[in-house]
Amino acid sequence: MTRSIRKVLAKESSDPRREISLSVNGEAVTRSVSTRLLLADFLRHELGLTGTHVGCEHGVCGCCTVSIDGATARSCLTLAVQADGAEIRTIEGVAPAPDILHPVQQAFHECHALQCGFCTPGFIMSVVSYFEENENPDLGEDAIRDALSGNLCRCTGYQNIVKAVRRAHELMSGEA
Amino acid sequence: MKPPLFDYVTPESVEEAVAARAAEEDSVLLAGGQSLLATLNFRIANPALLIDISRIAALKGIDVGAGEIIIRAMVRQREVELSDAVHGANPLLREVLQKVAHTVVRNRGTIAGSIAHADAAAELPAMLLATEGVVDVQGPGGTRVIEASDLFKFHLTTSLAGDEMITAVRIPNLAPNTGWSFKEFARRRGDYALAGICALVTLDDNGRCTKARLSACGIASTAVRLESAEAELAGSTLDENTIARAAKAARDCVTAADDSQASTAYRRHLVDTLTQRTVAVARDRALERRAA
Repeated sequence: MTRSIRKVLAKESSDPRREISLSVNGEAVTRSVSTRLLLADFLRHELGLTGTHVGCEHGVCGCCTVSIDGATARSCLTLAVQADGAEIRTIEGVAPAPDILHPVQQAFHECHALQCGFCTPGFIMSVVSYFEENENPDLGEDAIRDALSGNLCRCTGYQNIVKAVRRAHELMSGEA
Repeated sequence: MKPPLFDYVTPESVEEAVAARAAEEDSVLLAGGQSLLATLNFRIANPALLIDISRIAALKGIDVGAGEIIIRAMVRQREVELSDAVHGANPLLREVLQKVAHTVVRNRGTIAGSIAHADAAAELPAMLLATEGVVDVQGPGGTRVIEASDLFKFHLTTSLAGDEMITAVRIPNLAPNTGWSFKEFARRRGDYALAGICALVTLDDNGRCTKARLSACGIASTAVRLESAEAELAGSTLDENTIARAAKAARDCVTAADDSQASTAYRRHLVDTLTQRTVAVARDRALERRAA
């Protein structure tokens, strides 16, 4: 794995490219991309889906969280070419309609679970996935904190985000 | 940052992947990419070629047999964590995996990839050492098996040749009358641990320890077996005094120098405490299993 950094790039020519076909929020997409293009940058720069945020670019902050074939993933730790043939869902694909929030989004709104909002798309993707994967989700403090542990928020102190997870469960189980 | 330039191929068989690896010395295998992509983004790694093995059908799937669990190279960590069959055969795996980064990372990361990456602080190499697992390896000359004890040579360095790849990780099922435990200490949930201890103890009908296997991550240049601590436990009833002696032996296995995360003295303290706790939990679980 560890290799010395070459002083001169081996390739003077343009980036190697590859054609990929994938589904993004239910829409079929085909593009020719540089092999080194990150999935996060593909979504933002090629498709204009700028709801997926890029924070740390090494898998720590969770702002770039998307769903790949039904499971959450870091789009900064995934190459666009790795997503060839995959079904991607981004924050833009979460709300059921343009003027209706997803219950998790509604809960974040009601509980004031965001301040600057930069981390919020990643949090929403993680929480939506937590509810999709668990029919009877554990809403204990520790379980919620664990489910949120892959996302960093520098504003809120997490209290209201934890509240929002419980509120989202109420909204989804009709206890509004 | 963004990754440097590289060529990218998607072989459809292990033979093709091995041939690609042999043809380009400056190549890296890409499985889940949860460590590799970060090193590319940091430009710590700058390979000429990425060989994405995720399209190889033969590298998918878990087999739980009478004696061992076979986890092929493209099996994601999350799949192993959630597998009830794996949990039934060896419950240590789920306990370790729940400490590996976060769900979102385990959704992509593979067992074999983490072991091949061989980070000294990673949990899975320590798990492989404690369970006395093996890896199946394939190269241009054929296949071979490498035992855990021969695999880890240095931080990020294994005994695999440059043109070899891991095709499967094989982990023995939990032996009868055996208890297990894994505990680690990390500054933040999901971070690499400052120290982590894996314990497996087997008891006979009189409650004497017939076999103890202890391993650690985060305390040396590789994951390590704590053989001096194991020797203290063997033959005892795992009473508190014996466990304390084993923990003292374990703390002397810490060779990591002071770093920005923790001092050597602090890591020694962690290893002492974690060894006491994991051995006690493993002992109690072994007693429960024997009674069941």
